[in-house]
Amino acid sequence: MRNYFYCLIILGWVIGHSSAIGAAEVTADKIRVVASFSILGDMAHVLGSDKVDIVTLVGPDSDGHLYHPTPSDGKTITQADLVITNGLHFEGWITRLIDSANYHGPVVIATDGVRALQVNGEPDPHAWQSLENARRYANNITSALIQLQPESANYFTQRNQQFAADILKLQQTARQLFNATPVDQRRVVTSHDAFGYLGQEYGIQFMAPLGMSTDSEASAGNVAKLIRQIKSQNIRAVFVENITDPRLMKQVARETNARIGGSLYSDALSSASGPAPTYLEMMRHNITLISAALGASRDKVSD
Amino acid sequence: MIVDALWGPFVEFSFMRRALVGCIAISVGATPVGVFMILRRMSLTGDAMAHAILPGTAIAYLLVGLSLSAMTLGGLVAGLVVAVGAGLVARHTALKEDTSLAAFYLISLALGVMLLSARGNNVDLFHVLFGSILALDNSSLYLLASIASLSLLLLALILRSLILECVDAAFLRSVSRTSPLAHYGFLILMVINLVAGFHALGTLMAVGMMVLPGAAAKFWGRSLGSLLMLSVLLGLGGSYLGLLLSYHHDLPAGPAIILVLGSIYITSVLIGRESGLLNTYLARRHLAS
Repeated sequence: MRNYFYCLIILGWVIGHSSAIGAAEVTADKIRVVASFSILGDMAHVLGSDKVDIVTLVGPDSDGHLYHPTPSDGKTITQADLVITNGLHFEGWITRLIDSANYHGPVVIATDGVRALQVNGEPDPHAWQSLENARRYANNITSALIQLQPESANYFTQRNQQFAADILKLQQTARQLFNATPVDQRRVVTSHDAFGYLGQEYGIQFMAPLGMSTDSEASAGNVAKLIRQIKSQNIRAVFVENITDPRLMKQVARETNARIGGSLYSDALSSASGPAPTYLEMMRHNITLISAALGASRDKVSD
Repeated sequence: MIVDALWGPFVEFSFMRRALVGCIAISVGATPVGVFMILRRMSLTGDAMAHAILPGTAIAYLLVGLSLSAMTLGGLVAGLVVAVGAGLVARHTALKEDTSLAAFYLISLALGVMLLSARGNNVDLFHVLFGSILALDNSSLYLLASIASLSLLLLALILRSLILECVDAAFLRSVSRTSPLAHYGFLILMVINLVAGFHALGTLMAVGMMVLPGAAAKFWGRSLGSLLMLSVLLGLGGSYLGLLLSYHHDLPAGPAIILVLGSIYITSVLIGRESGLLNTYLARRHLAS
C-alpha cells in the first residue's frame, strides 16, 4: 500500500516536472516561478493561480534545512522568471544554487519586512508559522508578480485580498480557540523549535528537546529536563512533526504518561491526501490540534 | 550525594534505564566480536561493513518508514551480501580480502546514495542514521537483547576454529574443513552486531563500541579469556560513564559514549601493563642499567 503510494508520488513528481517545463515552452505568457519549499510553492499557487507555472524544489514532507539540490534544480532555476525564497537563513543552499545556475532574474525574499524572532542570537526562520507574517509573505510575492506582469495587476491584487481575508478568518478562529485556555497554561511540547512565531502570536509556550535546527542529536540532560518540566507543569500532550524522527518524542510521552497529541506540520506541507496540503490547511490543522491538546490538559488540571 | 549523581538519573528516568540496558546488550554482544576483529587485524573492516549496511537500512526506511524489523532486515541483507561477496572474491581470486571488501562496500554505498537521491530526500535521514540510544522502545530492546544472545551462542559455536584461524589460518585450512565456517560465521557475527549497534548508536558509532573496548583491553590482558572479559567490562563501564556525561553536561549521548571509550583507550596506550608506553620505557631503562 505504502509502496504504491510512494510510486504515485514519484510519478506525480515526474509528470509535474515534465509538464511544468513543457507548458512553460508553449504558453510564454505564464510566469515561471520557482519556490524553494512547499509552503512558498502553495502561496505562489494561491496568489498567482493560472497566471503562473510553479516548480517547488523541496516538496511535501521533506526537510528544507538539509536539502541537497540536484542538477535538474539548477536547470529549473535557469529557466525561471522568478525565484521565491524564505530568507532568514532557512534554505542556506539556495544562494549557491542561484549563483551556479547563473540566474539573474528577480529573487523574492518572502520574509522581507518581517520582524524576526531571535533564538540564540540567530534569526528564527520559521516566520510563516505566524498568520500575521503570512500576509507579509503574500504582499511580497504579489508585488513581485505585478512587477513581472503589470497588465495582470488587478488580478493579482484581488487574489491577494482574498488570501488576506481567508487569513483573517482563520486568525479569528485561532484566537477564539486559544482564548479558552488561560495564558499561563498554554504550554506545548514539540520535537523541534519551529513554532516560536505561532507561540508569540497566541501566548503559547513551546518546549522542545532539540535545538533550532533538525540536525542535532539530543543529549540525555536535555531530555531529562524536558521530562521533569512536563511532569511538574502537568502537560498532557506532546507533538511529533512530519519531518523529524518521532522516536524520541514517543519515549518522552511514554515516560511522562503524556499523550501524543498528533503530528504537527512545521516546515513542510503534507501530500495532497494528507491533513495539510495547503498553507491555510496546515495552519488550521496545527491550531486545531494544539488547542485540542491544551483543552484536554485544562480539563485534567481542573479535575 | 555522589550516589545520587551516579545512580539518580537511572532511578528517576526510564529512558536512562532503557539506554543503559541497551548499552549492556551491545557491550556483551559486540565487544567480544570486536576482540576477534582486532586479533584478525580486521578493525577497519568493521568500518567498511558499517558503510555497507547503511544503504540497506536507509532504503528499507524509505520504503516502509521507521520500522524496526524492516530496517534490521535491510541492514542484514546489505551487510551479508557485501560480506559474502567480498569473502568469495578473496577466497577464489588473487585479490586480497581488504581490497575486495573496499570494492564491494563502495559499490553498496554508491548504490544506496543514488537510490536515496532518486527518491528525493524525504525526512531528515541523518536522524535515522544516527540511531537514538535515548529513544529505545520495548521492541528495540528485545531486538538488541536477542542479537546479543544469538551472537554469544554463535561465537561459542565457532570459537575453536576462530582461534585457530587467528593464529594460523593456513594450518586450519589444511587440517579441517571448518575454515570457511569460521570465516563466514565471523563475518555474520560482525554484521548482526553492527545492525544491533546501529539501532542504538547509529551506523558509524556502532563500530566504536566494537573496537575501542577490545583495543584498550589489549594493553591489560594477555590470555584470550582475560581479553574477552576485560573488553566487555570496559564496554560496560565506558557506556555507563558516557550516558552520565551526556546527562550531566548536556552532550549528545552517542558521541559521549564513544569518546569515553576513546579516552579509556588512550589512557591504556599510555599506562597499560602490556606494552603500554610507560611500561615499555621503564623496561628499557631497566635493561640499560
